[in-house]
Amino acid sequence: MSTIATLRKGEIGYISEESLDSIPLKLLEMGCLPGAEVQLVQIAPLKDPLYICVNGSHLAIRKETASKIIILKS
Amino acid sequence: MSKNDIKVALIGNPNTGKTSLFNQLTGLNQKVGNYPGITVDKKEGISKLSATQNAIITDLPGTYSINPTSLDESIVLKTLLKKNIKESPDVILVVADVENLKRNLLLFSQIKDLEIPTVLAINMVDQMNRKGITIDLSLLKKELNTEVVLISARKNEGIDEVKAAIIRCHVAAKASPLCGIDHKIDPDYFTKLKEISPNYSLYQLWLMITQNNYPETVTKEEKKKLLAFKEDASKLKKYQHKETIYRYQEINKILKKTYIVDKSKATDLRGRLDRIFTHRIFGYLFFVFLLLVIFQSIFDWATLPMDLIDGTFAEISDFAKSNLPTGVLTDLLTEGIIPGIGGVLIFIPQIAILFLFIAILEETGYMSRVVFLMDKIMRRFGMNGKSIIPLISGTACAIPAIMATRTISSWKERLITILVTPFTTCSARLPVYAILISLIIPDKKIFGFLNLQGLVLLSLYALGFVTAIVAAYILNKTLKIKSKSFFVVEMPNYKLPSIKNVFFEVVEKTKSFVLEAGKIILALSVILWFLASNGPTSFDNAEKNTIENVVNQNLSDQELQQKIASVKLENSYIGILGKTIEPTIKPLGYDWKIGIALITSLAAREVFVGTLATIYSVEAGDENTSTIKEKMRSEVNLDTGKQRFNFPVGMSLMVFYAFAMQCMATLAIVKRETKTWKWPLIQLFGMGLLAYVASFITYQILS
Repeated sequence: MSTIATLRKGEIGYISEESLDSIPLKLLEMGCLPGAEVQLVQIAPLKDPLYICVNGSHLAIRKETASKIIILKS
Repeated sequence: MSKNDIKVALIGNPNTGKTSLFNQLTGLNQKVGNYPGITVDKKEGISKLSATQNAIITDLPGTYSINPTSLDESIVLKTLLKKNIKESPDVILVVADVENLKRNLLLFSQIKDLEIPTVLAINMVDQMNRKGITIDLSLLKKELNTEVVLISARKNEGIDEVKAAIIRCHVAAKASPLCGIDHKIDPDYFTKLKEISPNYSLYQLWLMITQNNYPETVTKEEKKKLLAFKEDASKLKKYQHKETIYRYQEINKILKKTYIVDKSKATDLRGRLDRIFTHRIFGYLFFVFLLLVIFQSIFDWATLPMDLIDGTFAEISDFAKSNLPTGVLTDLLTEGIIPGIGGVLIFIPQIAILFLFIAILEETGYMSRVVFLMDKIMRRFGMNGKSIIPLISGTACAIPAIMATRTISSWKERLITILVTPFTTCSARLPVYAILISLIIPDKKIFGFLNLQGLVLLSLYALGFVTAIVAAYILNKTLKIKSKSFFVVEMPNYKLPSIKNVFFEVVEKTKSFVLEAGKIILALSVILWFLASNGPTSFDNAEKNTIENVVNQNLSDQELQQKIASVKLENSYIGILGKTIEPTIKPLGYDWKIGIALITSLAAREVFVGTLATIYSVEAGDENTSTIKEKMRSEVNLDTGKQRFNFPVGMSLMVFYAFAMQCMATLAIVKRETKTWKWPLIQLFGMGLLAYVASFITYQILS
């Protein structure tokens, strides 16, 4: 199963509808919506956190959160 | 402030230029107060909207939504739920970043649903051409059903239009919801909720139950009914998710018609800079290099103004002494109050310079990259990437540093950061280290270029930081606090810092230090002065007895006065206190005189030097360090007949000052931020015990 945490650097995916309930409200509000295109921009030197770009927002989230957000690859 | 002033609440996402707009609207008419009942700073300013109309603008903390996840953000919710006329805003001014309008409109849509008149200011429109953005303003106004103004706060463009829009919006007092959550998600559920009270908008009632936050104006009856809605918690959560998705759908519909981006025009400056600043090697190297530059500048730039302040206060004190009639009041002024104020102001240069750097790092967007780089490391020690900012600020002063922890949303991570911040080497420790190092460490170079004294000072900084980290690790393992750790940080665009914003930030932070720490340091200085200049009968007889004792020694008048002063001190209340604790501190290598300095250091650590100066009867007003140093060097340990400040004693003292919690002002701030005396007391005794044991070991091994 692909999640944001399994993306490679620079890779793009789409947030799956099924992960709606596992996305924290805060992330949802910041634009991390089901159906949205998400790109993994950068991985921190110690492999965590992850730097993503979704819906025009550039966000750093922890791997733990990222691994709960299921994505579909195009 | 008059009754007719319009109360405006300024709200926006972080990094949208909200502060720039606030500074443009209010200029120097700003003040920082407290929200009633809570301790978060409230920034307010008066803005002249027109010849006859003023507005009081409250700058609320930056937030992505009304649903709070940190202390800072909860202020926004609390302010917006207020219903009493005195505190609730008349108009809400929402600032949005033109480049990220979609996400910014989420907050706007929530605010609009509160049914309070709202103005939307879209900021940074000077970037539109470069980013290939076009906006259909008149259609956007119609779709959002509100006043919309395009501005560029940094370039001072569109500010007058904002002012005019606030007046128009206030007069029209038109307030209708934008999204209307009720009929989209679960009509029955929300109709029932709305029926509870006609005094609040549906969205306000919804926020009360989802955020568990009930303003005082809610009646008992209403609250009971609202609580009934909370019973099905999973439903609440589900509906909150649905609500957010629905809001984005509506926003997308509106933006599709009014907002066009030509992506071919985008430049990749962010990407290029990020590749350097977040690089696995260069990223850390650059950060360390930056820290070195900052600390170097603090020492280089601050020396001159600090000497100036020091000298000026000595002169003021001398001037007052020679021009005012002698008496207790003059003594209180010249020996208590004036040096007390000087003792606070002396820190301003270092603190201002450090905050200048921090403000620039935050303004440019670099600070978020540091948080990104450090999160994993800090997490191992029970903290958060955001803890790095308090830990850096702590090298100036722990007080503003502890206040900077408010952005950390997890209580456990925030508490640990608060508890360990006082270990970082603050500027008050510096004078103590400086004089002790010059006494016990030879001024020579090792390997031909490294200054040994400088190296010792650097190791003391390292000692403070390492101790903070180790303490955090232990606290993380022992504190049994369950708190949800959630971390999301926006990586804003890089931009040049605005001089105005940086200036205001430095002034505000420095001012809050002077007021917070100042009143405590000043009060303690006065108390210590009293204890040092009063005592039992032996104190009152000191002068007479001394003159009788030394009558044959042929002392000059000056030497006699010094002798009297030191005998007086020995017999003052504080001298007695020092003698009382002497047996406890003897194993650390200290005598009662050093004991007095330890006690007076409770006001502020750097008082150590001044106290010893007084005790070793250096001429009043002569603050020349070499003189104090010479006196300290010639001070003899009566038990051994050798130097008092030898290597073991000096090292033991420095270790003591590195660990001990000798700062009343910090304890008061920790009490304020944690809302209980438990944590400051744990700090006081925990750090005190550590200092005692570590100094004991240091002294016993070295001597």
